[in-house]
Amino acid sequence: MSALSCCIHSAPCRFWNSSIGKKIIVALTGIVLVGFLAGHLIGNLLIFQGEHAFNDYAHFLQTMLHGYGVWIARIFLLTSLVLHVTATIQLTIANRAARNIEYQRPATVTASASSRMMIWSGSTILAFIVFHIFHYTVRVSPELAEIGAENPHAMVIAGFSNILVSLFYLIAMTLLCSHLSHGVGSIFQTLGLRSHKTALPIDLFSRAFALFIWLGFISIPIAIMVFGFGK
Amino acid sequence: MANLNLTLKVWRQLNAQDHGRIETYDAKDIPTEASFLEMLDIVNERIVEDGGEPIHFDHDCREGICGMCSLTIDGVPHGQDRGVTVCQLHMRKFKSGDTIWIEPFRSKVFPLLRDLMVDRSALDRIVAAGGYIDIRTGAAQDANALPIEKDKAEAAFEAAACIGCAACVAACKNSSAMLFVSAKAAHLNYLPQGAPEKQKRTLAMVRQMDEEGFGNCTNQYECEAVCPKEISADNIAKLNRDYAIASFKEAVS
Ligand code: HEM
Ligand code: SF4
Ligand code: FES
Repeated sequence: MSALSCCIHSAPCRFWNSSIGKKIIVALTGIVLVGFLAGHLIGNLLIFQGEHAFNDYAHFLQTMLHGYGVWIARIFLLTSLVLHVTATIQLTIANRAARNIEYQRPATVTASASSRMMIWSGSTILAFIVFHIFHYTVRVSPELAEIGAENPHAMVIAGFSNILVSLFYLIAMTLLCSHLSHGVGSIFQTLGLRSHKTALPIDLFSRAFALFIWLGFISIPIAIMVFGFGK
Repeated sequence: MANLNLTLKVWRQLNAQDHGRIETYDAKDIPTEASFLEMLDIVNERIVEDGGEPIHFDHDCREGICGMCSLTIDGVPHGQDRGVTVCQLHMRKFKSGDTIWIEPFRSKVFPLLRDLMVDRSALDRIVAAGGYIDIRTGAAQDANALPIEKDKAEAAFEAAACIGCAACVAACKNSSAMLFVSAKAAHLNYLPQGAPEKQKRTLAMVRQMDEEGFGNCTNQYECEAVCPKEISADNIAKLNRDYAIASFKEAVS
């Protein structure tokens, strides 16, 4: 057997290439990303605790495990994101192909709007993540980089003072909320942990979580733009 | 109740090669006590009298047990009514003046044979891949000779109600066959007779499903909403779980 066919027939490859296996990977990577979001949000909200708390938190992230911590987290998150995006794009292409002729008069009985635009909400989130990393992590703007090196708190305030940045942020967070309102509940079904008895609490939890993430994240640019927080 | 005057928009297509199209028919003076298929019979008789080719559609038992009838009505397989097949749908559910769209069950996996008839043998091939028990289990046993938990017996019984009509595939935005496959697998996987082959069955049925080219479930539950036998999407959760466990066991064994 050649090396390639050996790989194709290996158990992980088989799992990835099966419909349910690939979906389980989407769900597991979804959990990682959802967990990251919750942590990221709680960290961000420290901005309301004041400059000290926020900058100490930023410093802690940078120096955790002698500076290796942040890289371990980044590699883990990036791997999850790449797997999530690759799998969902492949699934979406296969799904479209399976309904090769559309109904002349289509109808939807129960599927939510959010569940039907996962690929679009997801793509916006992806575009946002790329922008966000260049904006606040890589800091391509020399001005922001200068402020950020000294004072991450001030950098965030300066960043969000740009109306276009804040607007894109708001749109992306709204679509993230939509993505999560279907996605979080979906995790339970995909992993086989949902039944008609738990369906309602799971759906409510999914929506409440999405709302919490949405309100939490948008509170920062809104505080800066509308209420002049930090200026 | 007065008889109904309806307009039908029907998918007509000579064969798999033909380009299909929607054609419009007047369905006048339809008694409300007619079933949906009887309404089509009346329309067909008139088409034949006028020297035309009747609308071809699948049907057999006409009492909701065989799974042969397969019409998508106004975009919903088996129509808006919950928990019934289209042969059990009655014309009293419609109003005079309604326009009704009638299309086949759509999926890449079901080649169109003619008009509203599609070839659903892909579902048979999935059952042939693992939806059975290998040994002879003999005649029905005495009641309670084989103890089965009540919950499991009921879940197996409910899953076994699937008539293989494929409405779930037709309703799914992704043409996924998960509700059908999960019902057929759960029906045996729940029971002691089916348990010894659970792992083999689960893997074989899911692999055949993937082989056929069905789409992937995105947890939207359109299938559950249209299923004439009200098969629960709990079976899909169970199939996901059983598949994960079976794959793991296969990998380490
Ligand atoms: C912070 C980022 C993200 C989070 C927290 C997240 C979370 C989730 C979750 C929890 C699910 C449900 C998994 C399941 O069905 O069990 C999901 C599904 C999905 N995600 Fe994401 N996601 C993120 C980013 C993305 C991106 C960047 C894309 C871009 C393509 C994407 C596309 C999709 C699609 C298309 C689905 C539906 C898959 C299906 O049901 O088959 N997601 N996501
Ligand atoms: S699960 Fe329901 S809709 Fe699907 S084939 Fe069985 S009876 Fe028909
Ligand atoms: S014709 Fe048998 S179920 Fe409808």
